[in-house]
Amino acid sequence: MKSSFSLRALGIIMAFLPAMATAEWNLNFTPSVTLLGEEIHAIHNLVMWIIVGISIVVFGAMFWSILKHRKSVGHKASNFHENTTIEIIWTVIPVVILIAMAFPATRLLLATRDSSASDMTIKATGYQWRWGYEYLDEGLKFYSTLATPRDQIDGGAEKEKTYLLEVDNKVVVPVGKKVRILTTSNDVIHAWSVPGLAVKQDAIPGFIRDIAFKAETIGTYRGQCYELCGKEHGFMPIVVEVVSEEDYQTWMQAKLAESGAPSFDPDKEYAVAELVAAGEQVYNANCIACHQEGGVGMPPTFPAIKGGKIATGSMEGHLDIILNGSDKNPMMAAWGPILSDYDIAAVIAYQRNEINSSGDIIQPSEISAARTD
Amino acid sequence: MEAVHDHSHDHHVPTGIMRYVTTTNHKDIGSMYLWFSFAMFLVGGVMALVIRAELFQPGLQVVEPEFFNQMTTLHGLIMVFGAIMPAFVGFANWQIPMMIGAPDMAFPRMNNWSFWLLPPAGILLMGSLLAPGGAGGVGWTMYAPLTIQQGMGMDMMIFAIHILGMSSIMGSINIITTILNMRAPGMTMMKMPLFVWTWLITAYLLVASMPVLAGAVTMTLTDRHFGTHFFNAAGGGDPVLYQHIFWFFGHPEVYIIAIPAFGVISEVIPTFSRKPLFGYPSMVYATASIAILSFLVWAHHMYTVGMPVEAQLYYMFATMLIAIPTGVKVFNWVATMWKGSMSFETPMLFAQGFLFLFTIGGFTGLVLAVTPIDIQLHDTYYVVAHFHYVMVAGALFAAFAGVYYWLPKWIGKMYDERLGKIHFWLSLTFFNITFFVQHFLGLAGMPRRIPDYALQFADWNMVSSIGAFGFGLSQVFFLYILLKAIRSGEKAPEQPWDGATTLEWTHLPTPAPYHSFETPPDLRK
Repeated sequence: MKSSFSLRALGIIMAFLPAMATAEWNLNFTPSVTLLGEEIHAIHNLVMWIIVGISIVVFGAMFWSILKHRKSVGHKASNFHENTTIEIIWTVIPVVILIAMAFPATRLLLATRDSSASDMTIKATGYQWRWGYEYLDEGLKFYSTLATPRDQIDGGAEKEKTYLLEVDNKVVVPVGKKVRILTTSNDVIHAWSVPGLAVKQDAIPGFIRDIAFKAETIGTYRGQCYELCGKEHGFMPIVVEVVSEEDYQTWMQAKLAESGAPSFDPDKEYAVAELVAAGEQVYNANCIACHQEGGVGMPPTFPAIKGGKIATGSMEGHLDIILNGSDKNPMMAAWGPILSDYDIAAVIAYQRNEINSSGDIIQPSEISAARTD
Repeated sequence: MEAVHDHSHDHHVPTGIMRYVTTTNHKDIGSMYLWFSFAMFLVGGVMALVIRAELFQPGLQVVEPEFFNQMTTLHGLIMVFGAIMPAFVGFANWQIPMMIGAPDMAFPRMNNWSFWLLPPAGILLMGSLLAPGGAGGVGWTMYAPLTIQQGMGMDMMIFAIHILGMSSIMGSINIITTILNMRAPGMTMMKMPLFVWTWLITAYLLVASMPVLAGAVTMTLTDRHFGTHFFNAAGGGDPVLYQHIFWFFGHPEVYIIAIPAFGVISEVIPTFSRKPLFGYPSMVYATASIAILSFLVWAHHMYTVGMPVEAQLYYMFATMLIAIPTGVKVFNWVATMWKGSMSFETPMLFAQGFLFLFTIGGFTGLVLAVTPIDIQLHDTYYVVAHFHYVMVAGALFAAFAGVYYWLPKWIGKMYDERLGKIHFWLSLTFFNITFFVQHFLGLAGMPRRIPDYALQFADWNMVSSIGAFGFGLSQVFFLYILLKAIRSGEKAPEQPWDGATTLEWTHLPTPAPYHSFETPPDLRK
């Protein structure tokens, strides 16, 4: 009986081993690759030592009296209940400690909030649920979406090391340059933060805030959204790749060339099969979080696409809600600014031919015409 | 003792359920508050366990992200507004009239109404889960503009908060009036038990801050339905305005929860140390200064919104100031124990647990007071750990201490001391397993309010979830201890605690009569 219980317990422990093996048992901050980050960690250590000191005094007195001044060891109660001198002392000592803490804290705060004299500026825009980036000096724009496959999240597929911290398009910045990040949002409040770079700034719709960092070491640094922004809040990571100046220039040129040349021919008549295949990718990257696999949705907030009024109704209505969002349901965002004409044509084809069977498609050229209306 | 008569025979008191629906008696109402809050505590606890079950391992196994957000939201709202606040109002109802020598609360009918507003609010909060689209998945802080996107569950939550606010304000008016006008002759302000002082201060905090919250959620409501743009930049509003208004309420709210807990602890520690409270006047002044400071530090909850650095400096300095009166209180409690003759019955154990863990919560508060550090830890599990040390190990442990301390006076029966001690040690152990490790998660950067996490957070999350289930079960055990005491507890002696000096112990029989003091005791000597 006993052995079968311990066998079962062993089995339970074994079942958790995969998770335990990748575990890191972190006890402290993520190491920082910015000088300011190191200073923040240093002041945190200072405060922790102050706390250790106060603990020894306060908990020392507490446990001493618990051990020695107890009825069970025959201790008789004194009757004192005030002592002005000691009350003044234990008010003044904390004041002195706090003033000693306030000086380095003030200096460091002023330094961390200084975003002047930056070498380059990137605008980070929060969307439900991805980040949009714009390199303001070069005019480069792209979106950065979670790249972890859904089957690692929902299903039993083995989770990669960078589970939930992988994106399709990384932010690339040169090492040793002061990078200013402007944050704003397209919908609700998000927060842009990378612990390894020691930065965190809310992204607020209608306002622009800024923060700056200077990475000293080449490497890849991962962060997340830190302000609850709805359903997929936990699924909009940030990946910053710090590279050498040369690599940065190479990357920038390649990225500019790629974004300059459209990956589709705006005048071509695309076949149904091709659009449907491409549409499945677009759907899985952008729509599936709410409308679910197979378009079943999660009514009423996230209506079904399968058999839904819009995806089986008029093409104009379908295109309109994808381009401009919904007036009635604020959860349906406007995808016009995010997706290309080709992507929209593809996802419409996928929704109307794969999820539903209305059989009609729309060409990218018609979408670009609809945009200018 | 001669002031006490049993008058129950000349009243036509309804029996059964109608007794509780129509009651104006502070003891009946106090009991209803306590049972209501315990029921809400269990409901909120089950929601916490849904959260911890989902976070047991990386990946989505138990619930959908949307439902997860609804759980974090309702867990917060139910625990703050449904469990902890009503629990201390329950203590206030039972204890304040007995401790100041009054027959009842000043406005008994309003007292009834303040309680009976709570169940509809609780039903609205929980019922929002059944609304189309579910409850609001916005966090208990309900930041705009995420609130605009929610279904009608959000409106139900807003109305619940309106009702809870009305209840709190009426309860507070009642408490203030009772304390200021109904003290026995000779019970001067500076002779009041510290529990009464802390409630007087808390009641002022409630009256001043609840209307602010009502304003914030009403603005949310009109932004949602009536075309206003208070929190919409496109219409000239500002989403950050919501956060300022919310935290102008929210920071005092922290002390609305903590200060009555300080009061309970300030009764329990002297009783079981058999020694008067050290530094009574400084305790009163420290509590009052904490209350005043609590209105001046609200934006330290929002350092990452991008406020001017000058404002950040001001809030950092003001926040550090709070450490001084808080320190004074801890030092006074330790000095009360010093050279006492202590015994460790269950109420004292919980008071010691409070003292130790609340001080740790104070330490992490000191860490968070330093703005550059706070920005790193903002919206991470470090903050979650910090406020659970203050709310659970602080307020909840104090409430347990209070229940075990006053239960003999309330029901005339003793709880099982051995089981009470087991309850304490289980709670203490599992609390720390659950929440201490969350400091590590926060330092490593794990965001709050996420249903799934990266692999480097897997280890401590699993530990925390195990602790949470242990803590939850320990509280079911507490229910068993309570029911056992009520059904078959030993008869309590007239004076179960030899160190107790307040009026309910010295001037009233055990159990306390239905009407406390029909003639006030004369304390002028």
